[in-house]
Amino acid sequence: MKKVFSRSKLLKDVPTHYCPGCGHGIVHRLIAEVIEELGIREKTIGIAPVGCAVIAYDYWDFDVCEAAHGRTPAVATGIKRVLPDRIVFTYQGDGDLAAIGTSEILHTANRGENISVVFVNNGVYGMTGGQMAPTTLINQRTATTYSGRNPKLDGYPLNITDLLKYLNGAYYLERCSVHSPKEVLKTKQAIKKVLQNQIEGRGFSLVEVLSMCPTYWNMSTQQAVDWIGANVVKQYPLGIIKNGDQA
Amino acid sequence: MSKVVKRILITGNEACAEGAIRAGCRFYAGYPITPQNELIGYMSKRMREAGGTFIQAESELAAINMVFGAAAAGERAMTSSSGPGISLKQEGISYLSGCELPAVVVNVMRGGPGLGNIAPSQSDYFQATRGGGHGDYRTIVLAPASVEEFATFAFDAFDLADKYRIVTLVLTDGALGQMMEPVPGSLFSDMKPAKRQSKKGWILDGCRGRKARSIKSLFLKDGELEELNKKLQRKYEEISKKEVRCEVLYEKDSEIFLIAYGIVARIVKSCVEKMRKNGLKVGVIRPITLWPFPNDIISKAVSKAKSMLVVEMSEGQMVEDVRLAVGDKCKVRFYGRSGGNIPTEDEITKILIDSRRGK
Repeated sequence: MKKVFSRSKLLKDVPTHYCPGCGHGIVHRLIAEVIEELGIREKTIGIAPVGCAVIAYDYWDFDVCEAAHGRTPAVATGIKRVLPDRIVFTYQGDGDLAAIGTSEILHTANRGENISVVFVNNGVYGMTGGQMAPTTLINQRTATTYSGRNPKLDGYPLNITDLLKYLNGAYYLERCSVHSPKEVLKTKQAIKKVLQNQIEGRGFSLVEVLSMCPTYWNMSTQQAVDWIGANVVKQYPLGIIKNGDQA
Repeated sequence: MSKVVKRILITGNEACAEGAIRAGCRFYAGYPITPQNELIGYMSKRMREAGGTFIQAESELAAINMVFGAAAAGERAMTSSSGPGISLKQEGISYLSGCELPAVVVNVMRGGPGLGNIAPSQSDYFQATRGGGHGDYRTIVLAPASVEEFATFAFDAFDLADKYRIVTLVLTDGALGQMMEPVPGSLFSDMKPAKRQSKKGWILDGCRGRKARSIKSLFLKDGELEELNKKLQRKYEEISKKEVRCEVLYEKDSEIFLIAYGIVARIVKSCVEKMRKNGLKVGVIRPITLWPFPNDIISKAVSKAKSMLVVEMSEGQMVEDVRLAVGDKCKVRFYGRSGGNIPTEDEITKILIDSRRGK
C-alpha cells in the first residue's frame, strides 16, 4: 500500500501540552515538515517564545533556544550574526511579537536581519489564562475584557504585519491561517517561502498564521475554526502583504 | 626606523573596549548612555575592523538579548551601559545566568536613583553584587581603579566568564570611564589570550553529527529548578574560593584600615601616604572583586586593626559587606558622598583625625 502521509521525523513522538483544537500543534508540524523537506535540520536553530509555545524545544528535534518574553528577534539577531550560514527562525505568539516585543520585531525587520519569523496570532494570551492580546478583536470577550474589547478603553486590534510592510528592511510578509485544510496547505507553502528566502539571503521574512484558541475563546473546535473564517479574517485579511521578489 | 610607543593616552571607556577586543570579543551590542559613550563609539569602529559584529541596538533590552543570542552561538560577547541602562539589562542578565551563558557586561556608573545625573557614582554596588535581576544567581564583579586596570579587567572578564559560564561585570564609574590616563605603550600588544575552552559541548550551532539540544532556563518538572539552583550555588562556591582579588597596603602594622574600591581607592591611597608621613599607622584594603567579596582578607586584617573606615561614592553600600565580614570584632565607620560628588582627601583626613580623637 502506498504511504501518503506520515509524522515528520523532526517532530518528537511525545504528547504535547496543547489544548484540544489549538493551532500550535499544526504549525509545529508544518515547520517540522518544511525543515525536513528543505534538508536543513542540521543547520537550523529555532527560538522559542514565552507564551503557550514556550516549551517548543520539547517537541522539535533540532536546536532550539529560549528567549525572554518578546526578545525573541534580538536573540535571533545575535545567533544569526555569529553564525550567518545557519538557518535561524523565531516562533512567536501575538503577546510576544505584537505587545512586549513590538520594539524588537520592528527594529529587527528594519535592520533587514536575514531571519525567518513564524508569528502565530490567536488573539489571546493562552498561557496566562486568556487575557486580551493586542490582536484581540473589537467586542471579543477575554479574561481582561469581560464585556468585550472596547476600543475606547482597551485600544484597537493591532495589525502589526501590515505595519511592518512600510519598513525598507522587511523583505517578505504574508498572512495565512490554519482554520481549514486548504489554508493549512497554504501556510505550509508560506513557511517554506520564508525559510527559502533566508537560505537565499534575501532578508527579513515573516509569516503570520491565524490560529485557534478554543479554550479561551470559549468555543468548540468547530466553532473556533468557523470564527476565524467568519470574523478574524475580516480584521486580518489573508494573503501576501509584501513581496520583495516583486519590488 | 620603527617608533617605540612608550605611552598611550586613552580614556577608560576606550581602553576597556580595546581590552575586550584583545580578549577575542567579537560581538558587541549597545545603546548610547552617558558616561559610557566613548565605549560604544570605539566599538562601532574597532569591532568591525576586527571582523566582529557591532550592533547599535534599539534598546538596552535588545542589546543584552542580542548578547544572549551571540553567547548561545558560542561567541565572546559583550554589552555596556550605565545605571539606568543596566537596570533594563537585568532581565537579560538573569536569563543568561539561568542558562549559564558566558557574557561580559560593563557598567560605567552614574548617579542614581532614577535618571539621577551623569556624574561619577558608585551607587550600583547593591545591584551588581546581589545578582541584580530576579532569581537566585550571582555575577562576578571586577572593579578597576585605573584606566590600565579597566582595560586589563575587561580582558580578564572574558576568560572568567567562559571558565565558569557566568556573567562577568566590570563595574566602574564615570570618572574612570571618561578620564584620559597614560597606559604603557605595550599594554594592548602584550594582551595574549589564553587557550580557550571549547564550547562545542553546549552551544547551539545546528545539530550536525550530534543530538539536538536546547538552551533554556525554564524548569517545570518537580525538583528540576532546585537542582539547577544547587548546581549554580556549587559553582559560586568554587568562584568564591578561587577568584577573590584584593589589594592590601600596610597590612602588618596598620591600626586603622581605609576600605574603598575603584577610583575612591586611589583617593584613599594618597590620603594614607600623607598620613603615614605624619606617623599615623593607617593602611588600605581595596576589594578588586566585589563579588566574590574578600571576606577572609578583611576579617584577617581586623585581628590587628582597631577600626575601619569605608569610603564610597554612595550613601553606604559596600559598607554592609564589610560589616558582615568584620562582625563585632572592630568598629566600622562610613563616609560617603553621592549624587556625583567625589570624596576629597581633606574630607577623608578630617574624618580619620576626628575618629582618632574619639569623635
